[in-house]
Amino acid sequence: MTVDLETILRPVDSALPPYPAKWVTLASGDEMVIRQVGRDDVPTLLEHVEPLIHVERDYYDIVAARVYAELLSFYRYRVQDEYVLVAQIDGELAAIVNGRQVRPGLGMSLHTLALRRGLRIGAHAFAAKMEYHIDILGHDEVLVVAESPIGFRRWMIEYRLEERFGTPHELGGVPSYALTRALFDRARDKLIVGRRPVPDELRERAETAILPPSDPPTPPIDLLAATRAEYDTTGTVLMMQRRIQEREVEHA
Amino acid sequence: MREVYVAGVGITTFGRLEYPLAEIAAYPAMMAMKDAGIADVEQVYVANMGGGRLSHQTGLASAVVDTLSLTPAGAETIENGPASGASAIKQGFLAVASGMYDVVLVTGAERMREVNNLDATDFIATLTHPSAEYIYGVTLPAHAAMFTRLYMERFGVTERHLAMVAVKNQNQALANEFAHLQQTITLEGILDSPEAMTNNPYVAEPLRFFDCCPVSDGGACLLLVSGDVMDRLERPRVRLAGVGQGTDSHVVAERPDPTELAAVRIAAERSMQMAECEPEDVDVAELHDAFTILEIAQSEEAGFFARGEGHLALEKGETALGGSLPINVSGGLKGRGHPVGATGIAQAHEIVTQLRHEAGRRQVEGAAIGFTCNFGGFGNNVVCLTFRREG
Repeated sequence: MTVDLETILRPVDSALPPYPAKWVTLASGDEMVIRQVGRDDVPTLLEHVEPLIHVERDYYDIVAARVYAELLSFYRYRVQDEYVLVAQIDGELAAIVNGRQVRPGLGMSLHTLALRRGLRIGAHAFAAKMEYHIDILGHDEVLVVAESPIGFRRWMIEYRLEERFGTPHELGGVPSYALTRALFDRARDKLIVGRRPVPDELRERAETAILPPSDPPTPPIDLLAATRAEYDTTGTVLMMQRRIQEREVEHA
Repeated sequence: MREVYVAGVGITTFGRLEYPLAEIAAYPAMMAMKDAGIADVEQVYVANMGGGRLSHQTGLASAVVDTLSLTPAGAETIENGPASGASAIKQGFLAVASGMYDVVLVTGAERMREVNNLDATDFIATLTHPSAEYIYGVTLPAHAAMFTRLYMERFGVTERHLAMVAVKNQNQALANEFAHLQQTITLEGILDSPEAMTNNPYVAEPLRFFDCCPVSDGGACLLLVSGDVMDRLERPRVRLAGVGQGTDSHVVAERPDPTELAAVRIAAERSMQMAECEPEDVDVAELHDAFTILEIAQSEEAGFFARGEGHLALEKGETALGGSLPINVSGGLKGRGHPVGATGIAQAHEIVTQLRHEAGRRQVEGAAIGFTCNFGGFGNNVVCLTFRREG
């Protein structure tokens, strides 16, 4: 008798309804499309996420490493009921958000990764994710945590999330916060924006290819290092600079 | 009085700098000394507003003079709120003009991003009147919002005019490699699109997010010298030709007309009078646009445009690069950033760079006279400087 281990290891996904794509105009005037992607797009996303694992700034390294793992798990059927949304500007990947359904009525937000900083790109993508949970999946509540102070400001403070400290979040087992339907409704006019349907031209540009970000987050530059080096007799600064440069070459 | 020249300039990138405050002040000082080719300094003035509170560092001048290995030069810290920078330049000017010193270093620094925005806003609010304003929760954005509302009602300024200042200055910052904000914004994105209210929410109505300058770390420096020393150098000759200061009531509500910035008018007049020029002679100006309305109001009080017509000049593009009087081509406080103790010196750094004709993509063609307005408190202590290119 043979045992098909794969059928045991692979979770059975629920039939989640799709997220209808939308578009928003950013402060820069750029038009950003937010849409759902499937497993076929994951290898491309992994390519664009991997460089950020090496960006030791604003928790990009941790978030990118975890997103990489979550995308891979999704791709290889090792996570249940996960979904992935992407934000694109002129085809370029600007943000990735993902989450999953824990059970009917309850969602779990996983990550928001902005591949272009500023302009509320991450905030718009997070809002779309919450919209998916509450309006499309019909969840009463979404469990949320933040790894970075920026995330804490955007989610916990802007949405005034409620504490669910008795519930450990899947990300690190830390105490959860929750976005309830009531909180979402309160934020709806202020924070949940976007237009549908997406004009054909915008939609086609987004679907044709997920291009790498042209202005991705980069490791911090030691702005004072050059000057410090002139006065640093120990050579420490020069060593640090050399390490940074080597790392940049390695990842170029 | 002797004539005073700017022999060297230096500046850090504005934004977040994870270095000790003294080092943020020292770095541009080293650049300025290198720029001038001068290693011996007799006196150091350090402009700073929040070292004790934000960086747990008092006696900053003592730290800076030692960091620079300039001991036993004299060293003092100058604190005059957000006008600390220009006040320190004024002290440097007096020290050289009086004949007491020939070489004076004026550097400024602030490290504000160490605390969160609420703490930074509260820190700045400590410059308001403690018992007539602060205890009622007044902050600088609140002051500026009330001022803006009155200005709108009286002169027809609209939110579109404010957004035009924001777009002009933030996009101008893209041509300044030292500027904090390096992102394009458009009127559509911050004012006209259905998403604009989310992209650009009200902070203190009618002021929105993009009407306010960012909270920045940064440092800037000028090296001031006497004419005799300048004669021995090969740098372009830029003279600090006029220094003017004006003060006004601490409590804004006590002013006869709260839309008048009398201290700006007085400081500008005195500065230009000393420099023997008129507002129409000025080729480039750096005004203190901590809030967008302030650029419009100061452009009128400084005499560049008639009262109530600053926004009309803005509409016509007169204050843009290429206009009749380009204002804040560095990006201003709005785009370059506003580390309070360094701002007045950063404004002067920009004007000197312009008058040397070394400003690259943001150069105002043929600039010969430049002006700065460093606005302390909510207009209760203002220092204006006028610079002239010679030769």
